[in-house]
Amino acid sequence: MRPELHLLNDDLVRRILDEGFQLLVDPGVRIHNAEALDLLAAAGATVDRTTQVASIPERVVRQALGTAPHAFDLYDLDGRPAVHYGGDRVQFDPGSAAISLLDPDTLMQRPPQTADFVRFVQLVEQLPTIDAQSTAMVCADVVEEIGDLYRLYLALLYMRKPIVTGAFRKDTWWTMKDMLAAVAGGEQALAQRPTAVFDVCPSPPLLWSDLTCQNLIDCARAGIPAELVSMPLAGATAPVTLAGAVVQHTAESLSGVTIGQLAAAGSPIVWGGSPAVFDMRHGTTPMGDVATWMIDLAYVQIGKRLELPTHAYLGMSDSKIVDAQAGLESAGGTILAALAGVNMVSGAGMLDFESCQSLEKLVVDAEIIGMAKRLIAGLEAREDPIALTLMRQLRHQADYLGQEHTLRWFPKEFYLPSEVIDRGAFDAWQARGAPSAFERAHSRVEKLLAEYQPPARAEELKSELRRLASSAAKRFGMDKLPDLPKSE
Amino acid sequence: MTEDLLARLTESVVQAQQQEALDLTRQALAAGLEPLTIIDSGLTPGMRIVGDKFACGDYFIPHLVLAGRAMKGAMGLLEPELKRRRETARRAGTAVIGTVKGDIHEIGKSLVGIMLTASGFEVHDLGVDVPVESFVAKVKETGAQLVGLSALLTTTMVVQRRVIEALDREGLRPAVRVIVGGAPVKAAWAQEIGADGYAEDANGAVDLARRLVG
Repeated sequence: MRPELHLLNDDLVRRILDEGFQLLVDPGVRIHNAEALDLLAAAGATVDRTTQVASIPERVVRQALGTAPHAFDLYDLDGRPAVHYGGDRVQFDPGSAAISLLDPDTLMQRPPQTADFVRFVQLVEQLPTIDAQSTAMVCADVVEEIGDLYRLYLALLYMRKPIVTGAFRKDTWWTMKDMLAAVAGGEQALAQRPTAVFDVCPSPPLLWSDLTCQNLIDCARAGIPAELVSMPLAGATAPVTLAGAVVQHTAESLSGVTIGQLAAAGSPIVWGGSPAVFDMRHGTTPMGDVATWMIDLAYVQIGKRLELPTHAYLGMSDSKIVDAQAGLESAGGTILAALAGVNMVSGAGMLDFESCQSLEKLVVDAEIIGMAKRLIAGLEAREDPIALTLMRQLRHQADYLGQEHTLRWFPKEFYLPSEVIDRGAFDAWQARGAPSAFERAHSRVEKLLAEYQPPARAEELKSELRRLASSAAKRFGMDKLPDLPKSE
Repeated sequence: MTEDLLARLTESVVQAQQQEALDLTRQALAAGLEPLTIIDSGLTPGMRIVGDKFACGDYFIPHLVLAGRAMKGAMGLLEPELKRRRETARRAGTAVIGTVKGDIHEIGKSLVGIMLTASGFEVHDLGVDVPVESFVAKVKETGAQLVGLSALLTTTMVVQRRVIEALDREGLRPAVRVIVGGAPVKAAWAQEIGADGYAEDANGAVDLARRLVG
């Protein structure tokens, strides 16, 4: 039986949805994008062009919910389905768009460079419990205007797994789409076997910026999946009650589903988010707070009620280094996300309020994810009778180590961690130089990177990707892209 | 009686009771108290207590915001009276703050505004998505000694530099100290763009402002 977790009873689910629908009528949603306002007006919403507020009747939203797919797959770069959005499947990708990297030598944060992100992508490929890539860092060695597409360019050179990404501008989305189409073998092939999902973020409360709204519309029309990332900040940009924050998340996400489906009915869309409670002492947005997790788990339950694929930013820490706080916060969020059946859980590797990535933390988180996946695989009888025959045979002898039964079942019954988790004897640990979890993680990073094998990617494709990235860079005054690391 | 009124006014700010603060300010004016006395002996001590309680962990940000509103409401009644008397409240300095063009993040900047007000600054908060020219115009209009620039996006940080350059072009830079903040902003960035200082949070911004302008 698979363990499950629900925070809301039926009555609360109904009331949250009801208030979400009502908010879309009054005060409505403010949308700084003319195309979205046109689509909504044509569908029957009341649109005030001066204030850019659309009042969306429930009927229009219900119709959109009727055309949104309940499930879809992301494909790996070899064309095989690799990630399933829908139902209760649980998968993990690293937290995205970090603006700094935890340097393992100095334990200081520094701006990520091309070589850092390449190592990160390679490491993700090497970690079996991580299901997808993400454009996890913003490289500081290229002009800011191509920060989004440059990450995707690098990832596409080194990855096999599907990727969770996002655009920072309206125009760069098109270059990113061209890159994905080049890898997929054309735009039609990309729509049939998408390899990427784009995050699109409404702004709390009840607002869509021009950029992110356009990204949503463009994704829908291209058949590329979009992941709604509503981020109520409870007590600051959203009601302080957790249920109130979920009401806001519901309204914002319903508006996103509606805009996407009006742009292209049947386009894949994910009910996702990155809410947080507002830290009332420091004015920060703690991702490791139990109340933050509760908002996540509750909105995921709402998304499941609407039969939509789900996503959440969970399994992160606000700590600045990979320490006890990082471990406990990441484990808490990860295990709860698994129990709640979140389709894509973004966050692995992330520290310091979604701002700092760490390769060492990523390999520690990969262990937490392994344990969480084992937990939801559930407890099964395995054999019938469960143990009667075996125990009668052995009677009072403790000889289970010598049984075929043990050899057959232990790898399935137990989660077998890597050397990051220390389970040896004290003397052995001391003899190895008494390494901390962080030091063990660092060794594992280096070992896995040394074993990385690049994917076979045609030279023509690589140069086409480079041409797309270079010409975008030139448009923004950067004549030459940074060199790629030599190891290839 | 007078002292009791001022003490109650102080308490109304500490308790963040907006209506009470307005009523007591009206009563104090009706009782013939000078606006400057009402500010210096009624309202400002209240905000100081609020600041202290926040610093030691008894109070949280919502207390600051609501106490700040109580004080602001009362000041709304007192300012016309000061004007009539051709007086001005004693200030630690005048500050112009805002979130730069292209960026709509409000919270951090507003907290800095509240904390600066609480420590005696006259604060002109220009809001969010503020064009470069608006900062320049407001500094000229108010004679501010301090400009606070917030940016929460790596893509809008660059606008902080443009504001500093614009202040420079207008010849205002020698008389104005510029402080910068926001999640991606670090001390090295402040130095690179020629800002006078950087703080990581609202309390730090107040310490910095006092050091630079006080």
